[in-house]
Amino acid sequence: MSTWFRKINWLTLLIPVISVFLGLLCGAVIMLAGGYNPLLAYGSIIQSIFLQPYYGGETIRAMIPLVLSGLAVAFAFRTGLFNIGVEGQLMAGWLASVACAIELDGLPKVILLPLSIIVGGLVGGLWSFLPGLLKARFKVHEVISTIMMNYIALYSTAYIIKNFLYTEGERTPTIPSSASLASNFLATITQGSRLHWGFIVAIIAVVVMWFLLWRTTMGFELRSVGFSPDASRYAGMNVSRNIILSMTISGVFAGLAGAMEGLGTYQYMSIMSSFSGIGFNGIAVALLGMNTPIGVVLSGALFAGLQTGGLTMQSVAGVPTDLIQVVIALIIFFVGSSYAIKWIWLRMSRKGRKS
Amino acid sequence: MAYAIEMKHIRKAFPGIVANDNITLQVKEGEIHALFGENGAGKSTLMNILFGLYQPDEGEIYVHGEKVKITDPNDANRLGIGMVHQHFMLVDKFTVAENIILGKEPSHLGRLNMAKAVKIARDLSDKYGLDIDPLKKVEDISVGMQQRVEILKTLYRGSNILIFDEPTAVLTPIEIKELIQIMKRLVSEGKSIILITHKLKEIFEACDSVTVIRRGKVIDSMAIADTNPDDLANMMVGRKVNTQINNTAYEPKGKVLDIRDLTVLDSRRVKVVNHLSLSVHGGEILGIAGVDGNGQEELVEAIAGLRKASSGTIEINGQDMTNHKGRKITENGFGYIPEDRQKDGLVLDFTVGENLALQTYYRKPFASSGILHPKVFTQQAKQLIEEFDVRTPSERTLARSLSGGNQQKVIVAREVSRSPQLLVAAQPTRGLDIGAIEFIHGKLLEEKQMGKAVLLVSFELDEVLHLSDRIAVINEGRIIDIVNPKETNENELGLLMAGHKKEAHQA
Ligand SMILES: Nc1ncnc2c1ncn2[C@@H]1O[C@H](COP(=O)(O)OP(=O)(O)OP(=O)(O)O)[C@@H](O)[C@H]1O
Ligand SMILES: [Mg+2]
Repeated sequence: MSTWFRKINWLTLLIPVISVFLGLLCGAVIMLAGGYNPLLAYGSIIQSIFLQPYYGGETIRAMIPLVLSGLAVAFAFRTGLFNIGVEGQLMAGWLASVACAIELDGLPKVILLPLSIIVGGLVGGLWSFLPGLLKARFKVHEVISTIMMNYIALYSTAYIIKNFLYTEGERTPTIPSSASLASNFLATITQGSRLHWGFIVAIIAVVVMWFLLWRTTMGFELRSVGFSPDASRYAGMNVSRNIILSMTISGVFAGLAGAMEGLGTYQYMSIMSSFSGIGFNGIAVALLGMNTPIGVVLSGALFAGLQTGGLTMQSVAGVPTDLIQVVIALIIFFVGSSYAIKWIWLRMSRKGRKS
Repeated sequence: MAYAIEMKHIRKAFPGIVANDNITLQVKEGEIHALFGENGAGKSTLMNILFGLYQPDEGEIYVHGEKVKITDPNDANRLGIGMVHQHFMLVDKFTVAENIILGKEPSHLGRLNMAKAVKIARDLSDKYGLDIDPLKKVEDISVGMQQRVEILKTLYRGSNILIFDEPTAVLTPIEIKELIQIMKRLVSEGKSIILITHKLKEIFEACDSVTVIRRGKVIDSMAIADTNPDDLANMMVGRKVNTQINNTAYEPKGKVLDIRDLTVLDSRRVKVVNHLSLSVHGGEILGIAGVDGNGQEELVEAIAGLRKASSGTIEINGQDMTNHKGRKITENGFGYIPEDRQKDGLVLDFTVGENLALQTYYRKPFASSGILHPKVFTQQAKQLIEEFDVRTPSERTLARSLSGGNQQKVIVAREVSRSPQLLVAAQPTRGLDIGAIEFIHGKLLEEKQMGKAVLLVSFELDEVLHLSDRIAVINEGRIIDIVNPKETNENELGLLMAGHKKEAHQA
């Protein structure tokens, strides 16, 4: 009787794990075909991120925006919305936080730093509020409107930087240290990595997402609307308001991801000619993390580790770094095919029992 | 004796519950075999196994005497087993013919042969007297007709064993009569039918034999000729049940619901509720009788604040509630058991506990300052599950995995336990077993005795006749008459419902 129960729970957990395993396996096969040593390659990744403080620090640093954009996607997912606009919200938040820091230079750090972070989050939220509003009012599908908002963000941030905040090097000036998340202490213990205090913001965001969704009336409504707009309406919930709210909160997480890049990793914003990719990776992080806060942290760590450790792969095993992108893509592919995996699994276990 | 279907010693367990425990079912060739049992007894599970949707943990299946393995619905189709699901699986925007051939399209050199599809549909329809127009879109035909499309789908796939899972729950009395005719015709053509139903009347009208299951086990199996309704009911519930509804004394109090000159438009801007006036008093059950589609649904939705009233007023507890928000109306002492429980009544992917709190989650003691108190959810859920006898492994089980009848009990528990001044119950006993119906009728009567007003909308004339203190007959969006249930009968009501006011009165 309880075996079935155990199997199902296993399955939900197994899918991401199997996907990762298969992704790595296929990556290994490709490496072998290319004449490289996969054990050496993967070994170098593990060795670097766990034993070399620099790469460890860089991994955590890369995790910060990944986890935040993963949370953004997962949060919207939970309410039944597909936020593809994390990329644009992230840019909007990035520029807003940097601009706030530069323009309000002179304020004490206890005010300027939190303020810049908050402004980044809010502008990110504003960027997704609009698609939410369009969806709630005019039934414009959020996938379309958020993609459009991505392009608006890409070009308008470039325009604003060029015309109002321009410095040599196609970028904004560097933010004042009173708005910076960077830390000499963290840099020193990680032998010069760009690790910054933003990881605390990410941890808080993880807890906030969990708390919002499962411990507040607001989260109750958001999840309810996500599962069943009809039943929610019958229960007196305001479906439109919840759609807008969900998109907005999702955008706040994305905006914070941008603020972490602006105030932490880079200390400025460049004029971008194409998307950073962090927002899109957020979709994969959320997917692999099964849209749970803890899952997002774990899969964020995995992707960040692969990307960072992938750099050493080239020097140690001679494997081109691009291959890591292939492995990541494969993992995403396998998660996406989770349905198939589940099906095969059930089939196999059924056969096993019969014989 | 040849059996069309023989399922032997079937066992199927779900987390926390054994849905089928050593079940043996034998269906003879060319008979209509009833599967009878309480909500959650395991009937749908057993049929899903036969149709290949679930795999049994143990047991064997024989089709026409041959041992088979059914691993998915395709296997079932190949073996000539077809299933008409309670929740239809049709594509609304497609025509009847398109729906029928979907997945097995007649084609010529890869090109879909639509004319042939239409002809196939028409021939099948004629052969079994289904009287269906293959060119109509599914969204434009009635629920009863949609069901016939489902039947045609299985016939088109060559099924000779048909499973009907509670086909009559969504039908009007006339449609039910017609369905029974159709089933009899199918059987006379050599098909075998398994019918799940909670209505004794249908079993005795349509079936040749019956298997009774309770809590996952077979209680007995016999020919219909060898049993009677009372015995069957008692066997199913395991105790004596009272199938006769006994209304309690009628002592009406002040008006709780007062509707004046209400007009409501449907999505096509047709007046579906037409200058309707009606009031319901405390201490009374007012039944609304009418043929489906005469404005009942829209009337109820307008009261609930889910549909705009274009003119007129709705007062609840003396306060004007016309076009107010649903939440506000609910808080003004309104409870609602919606007709479509899976779509509107429950969030299927929420737990039973969450569903039980769907109207109260934001209020004390469930939450304070926007923060939920999970312990209170659990506590109230446990209590309601106990009080309303919801068969569920625990309050953390998803509503989706409950049996149909138990899902309904969750909604009833949620709405009745808030003890609203006005309770609107739309088809409250649809799909429920006799024991559960008795229970819910008891709850409605209890509410009435406590001085609450109950508005009952039901297609079951029996239910309306025996439970109501007054019956309002609705026709084309108007109340055409209000009658005393003690002074009327099904025939007179039937005439009234069809709009024949005068004749009925003279009768
Ligand atoms: N997919 C599932 N997961 C978990 N439990 C399930 C699932 N399907 C059914 N059950 C449980 O198995 C039991 C039998 O359910 P089933 O749907 O077969 O009942 P039923 O006899 O069809 O009842 P009803 O008359 O209410 O439709 C119920 O307790 C139900 O909660
Ligand atoms: Mg059932």
